[in-house]
Amino acid sequence: MDGETAQVASAPLQAPEIDPSLLRELVSHLREESAQLREEWVKRIVDARLLGVMSADEVYSEATAVYDNYVDALETGSVESLQAYARDLSERIIQRGVETHEVLGIVLLLRDVLARSLFRRYQAEPDLLTRVLDSYEPAANRIAVTVGVSFVEERERIIREQQAAIRELSTPVLQVRDRLLILPIIGVLDTQRARQLTEQLLSSIQANRAKVVVIDITGVVTIDLTVANHLVQTVKAVRLMGATAIITGLSSSIAQTLVDLGVDVSMIRSVGDLQGGLEEAERLLEEAAVVFDDPPGPAAA
Amino acid sequence: MSVPILKQGDYLIATIQSALSDSGVLELRDDLAQRVGKLRSRGIIIDVAALDVIDSFVARSLRTIALTAQLRGARTVIVGIQPDVAVAMVQFQLDLAPLETALDLEEALALLDQSRRTAGARER
Repeated sequence: MDGETAQVASAPLQAPEIDPSLLRELVSHLREESAQLREEWVKRIVDARLLGVMSADEVYSEATAVYDNYVDALETGSVESLQAYARDLSERIIQRGVETHEVLGIVLLLRDVLARSLFRRYQAEPDLLTRVLDSYEPAANRIAVTVGVSFVEERERIIREQQAAIRELSTPVLQVRDRLLILPIIGVLDTQRARQLTEQLLSSIQANRAKVVVIDITGVVTIDLTVANHLVQTVKAVRLMGATAIITGLSSSIAQTLVDLGVDVSMIRSVGDLQGGLEEAERLLEEAAVVFDDPPGPAAA
Repeated sequence: MSVPILKQGDYLIATIQSALSDSGVLELRDDLAQRVGKLRSRGIIIDVAALDVIDSFVARSLRTIALTAQLRGARTVIVGIQPDVAVAMVQFQLDLAPLETALDLEEALALLDQSRRTAGARER
C-alpha cells in the first residue's frame, strides 16, 4: 500500500489504465449507494476524531460535496475539478486549523469505505473483484495524492503570502524626542531584512539628526551568526554616522548565542529592556546637551 | 586639487570635495599639521560628505592625519559619512578608531567644545 502510493505520487498526473466498462459499473454502484456510504464515511470520520474543529453538519455537507467530486473524478479520470475543489476547500479549512494528517486521514478513510463496499458487492465473484479493484485502486490513490498535494500546496501558498506580508511590513524608525530614535524589531531577522533595516536606520539618523538610537530586539526570537554580525555592523555604522546605538531586549538565549558564536560584543552597548534603554539614551543626550545650554564658546558662536 | 582649510575660532575645518590622491592626502596632512601649529588650533574637523567611497587608503590616511594632529595638540573629528558609505565601510571592516565621528559640522563643533570644557573643568 505504501509502495503503491509512493509509486503513484511519483507520477501523479499519469492517467492509469482502466477498463471503461468496469469503471462505469463501479461508479454507478457507488452512486446508488451514495447515501449509505456517505453516512458510513462521516461516522468513521467522527469516530476517528478527525475534523474536531468542524460541527457535525459541516462535516456532513463537506463530506457530501467531496464524495460527489470523488466519484466524478473516478468516473472521468480527470482530477482537475477535484483539484480545484480541494484547493477551495483547503483555503476554507486551513483557517479553521485543520491539519494535514486530518485531510489525508479523511481521504484515505473514504478510499477505505468505498473499497469495503466494493468487496461486499463483488465478494461472490473473486475474479471480477480483482479486476474491479485493479481499476479502483490506482484511481483512488491518484485522487488521494491529488487532494493531499492540493492541501499542502494551498498551505504553502498561504505561508508564502504571510512571509511576504511580514517582510513588507516596514520596520518603523520612530522618533521619540529630539535626537532620539527607536527601532523596534519584531519577527524573523534574515540577512535581507537586516540590511534593509540598517539602511533605513542610517538614513533616518541623517534625516532626524539623531544622536542616540535604541534598537529593541525584544520581539526577535532567534538570531544566527550572519544576522548577529550584521547587527554588530549596524552598531559600527551608526557610530560612523556620529550617533550611538543602544541595543535593548536581548533575551538570555540570544545573549548566550552571541557569546557562543564568538561575535565581537565588546562594542555593543546593551541595556536589559526598552525602558532602561530609553533612560540610558536620555542620560547620553543630557550629557551632550550640557554643551548647548552653556554660554557658547568662541568656536560655537 | 588641494583641500580648502577654513579657520573657525579655535578649530580648523577641511572639506574634502573629491576623491583624494596619494599626494593629496600627504599635502592635506602637512597643511593641517602646519596650520595647527601656526593658528594654535585645538581641533580639526574633516568633512567627507562629498566622498561616495571611503576605502582602506582613505581610512588609513584619515587616521594618519588625526594622529599627526594629535601630536600637535589638536583633536580630529570626521563628519558627514553617508549612510551607504558607512555600511560599505563596516562590511569591509574598515575602522576609523580611534577617530571620532559626528553627523555634521554643528555636531562636531559641539563635540569639540564639550571635550574642551570637560578638560578645562578637570584643570580647574
